[in-house]
Amino acid sequence: MQRSKRVEAFCTIGLLIALVFLAPYFLSDFRLNLLGKFLSLAVLALGVDLIWGYTGILSLGHGVFFGIGGYCMAMYLKLQASGSDLPDFMMWNGLTELPSFWKPMRSLPVALVCAVFIPALLATVIAYLTFRNRIQGVYFSILTQALSLVVSLLLIGQQPYTGGTNGITDFKDVLGFSLSDQSTQRALYFVSVGCLALAYFFCRWVTRGRFGRTLAAIRDAENRMRYLGYNPAHFKVFVFAVSAALAGMAGALFVPQVGIVSPTNVGIVPSIEMVIWVAVGGRGTLIGAVLGAVLVNGAKSFLSETFPNVWLYAYGLLFVLTVLYFPDGLAGLIQKVNFGWRRRKVKAAPAVSPREIAAEEVVR
Amino acid sequence: MPDSVVYLEDVTVDFDGFKALSNLNFYIDPGELRVVIGPNGAGKTTLLDVVCGKVRPASGRVIVGRLTDVTTLSEHQIARAGVSRKFQTPSILRRLTVYENVELALRRKYNSVFSALFGMGDSNVRERVHTVLEKVGLQDKPSQIAEHLSHGEKQWLEIGMVLAQDPKILLIDEPAAGLSDHETRRTGEILLSIAGERSVVVIEHDMTFVKQIANKVTVLHQGRVLCEGPFQSIQDDPRVIEIYLGGHKKHVAN
Repeated sequence: MQRSKRVEAFCTIGLLIALVFLAPYFLSDFRLNLLGKFLSLAVLALGVDLIWGYTGILSLGHGVFFGIGGYCMAMYLKLQASGSDLPDFMMWNGLTELPSFWKPMRSLPVALVCAVFIPALLATVIAYLTFRNRIQGVYFSILTQALSLVVSLLLIGQQPYTGGTNGITDFKDVLGFSLSDQSTQRALYFVSVGCLALAYFFCRWVTRGRFGRTLAAIRDAENRMRYLGYNPAHFKVFVFAVSAALAGMAGALFVPQVGIVSPTNVGIVPSIEMVIWVAVGGRGTLIGAVLGAVLVNGAKSFLSETFPNVWLYAYGLLFVLTVLYFPDGLAGLIQKVNFGWRRRKVKAAPAVSPREIAAEEVVR
Repeated sequence: MPDSVVYLEDVTVDFDGFKALSNLNFYIDPGELRVVIGPNGAGKTTLLDVVCGKVRPASGRVIVGRLTDVTTLSEHQIARAGVSRKFQTPSILRRLTVYENVELALRRKYNSVFSALFGMGDSNVRERVHTVLEKVGLQDKPSQIAEHLSHGEKQWLEIGMVLAQDPKILLIDEPAAGLSDHETRRTGEILLSIAGERSVVVIEHDMTFVKQIANKVTVLHQGRVLCEGPFQSIQDDPRVIEIYLGGHKKHVAN
């Protein structure tokens, strides 16, 4: 238990150093920009892991929270790019005046606060209504999936206000720095690293200690916790809201690095992809979620560059293989290898059975 | 009954026409250890379910302490009002350690999200957990993963968790089921040591065990109290012998 903690701390710090000091010098600007995107998606993966891996609730609606964060940021960037004019797509759609809900988005701080708090608020309302009524398991998943469908249809349908299917694009600058400048993209990369580190340490703080143990207990034995005087609904609502806030933050980071947000970021398919990242990386471990998001998206961009037709099949295969052979994902695989190495050591000291060690690692 | 800790008045539980409890009246005094027996389907487990909020009565009142009518409260509120339940099959937090199981079960002033995040109310946790573990005889295994305990130890751990709640009343459902004779005796000793400070209601089938711990026994039959009294008089009651002990008379006599 001590050792696996040390390994984790070592990995985290090593990774952080690599991201901050090595990547910017060894990667081309194009690759660095890609990595920045993946890191912002890793923030979202942490959120998905928090609700799915640690609390046992499968959400298929995280695309919505990601999208809200992304759209808030896009509204700010679009207004920056349009100056005193109306955004172009509004003119094409015959609007003569800026809709009132767009007006506050002229300010970056307001846009950022909205990007994080609107998803959290929406998540709180949804989670409160469902968990208070003890709706669980697959019903919650279906509910959130319906939400992502509804929101993406809403975005497409309200073209004058949202840009419709094309979404919002053609951004120019952020805080006066041009988005097409390499130095701005580089800065955005470092902002992504910083946000990921913050999110990681926050999640670590949440999942350790008594709160983390309470989550594990609710996941495994919700009723037992009820009869011990806990109200599981409150814990689930809180975690779902935190998870949504992280997704919103990820959306706001993602959009300026990609230059567009559209309903394709919001719907059912992207929401399921987010779950796959965490499954492949290893749910229930924070480092697994981060690795999963970066590696799966890395593989996606590598494969779709070289073999554009193969990617979707590879994606499916990857998911099936993970579910069949590595239910604990990459992080579980690493632990297994690590454990095999330890078992040889343990043979000399049979006081602790290997099963206990394995179990300990599952808990940590 | 102003002094009773639990007070069921005219309680009826109706499962689609089957009356699991029908107009039941039942009282428990402070510090009392009460054993409830009765044939299958007599309503024993339903009786506990009604008190801890798992089942809602169709009519009647369930009063805990002086004033709290628990029929309108949710399970966690009832637990915080001082009712603690041990289920028949050990229901523990299997992936956590023995220590952590008891730690999460400890009574705290607040059980909210934020008190858990910031570790509020965590003073003396170590001592409090160890006091409980000593009481149930698990003081040597605090770092054992709960699912690797033996069946008997799991039962004791759950009794410990229930005890950590610092409840007014413990509801204990068949604690001796599946235990060896030695473990059963040990369980009886634990329950006897708890009673006195708190009220304990135990449901049990094993008559040797009942004899070991029973002071006062309630016999349920078809959702009603058939009779109540000291173990010896229950054992000799012809009505009880007829409905329940008939086939086991010889076994009980020794």
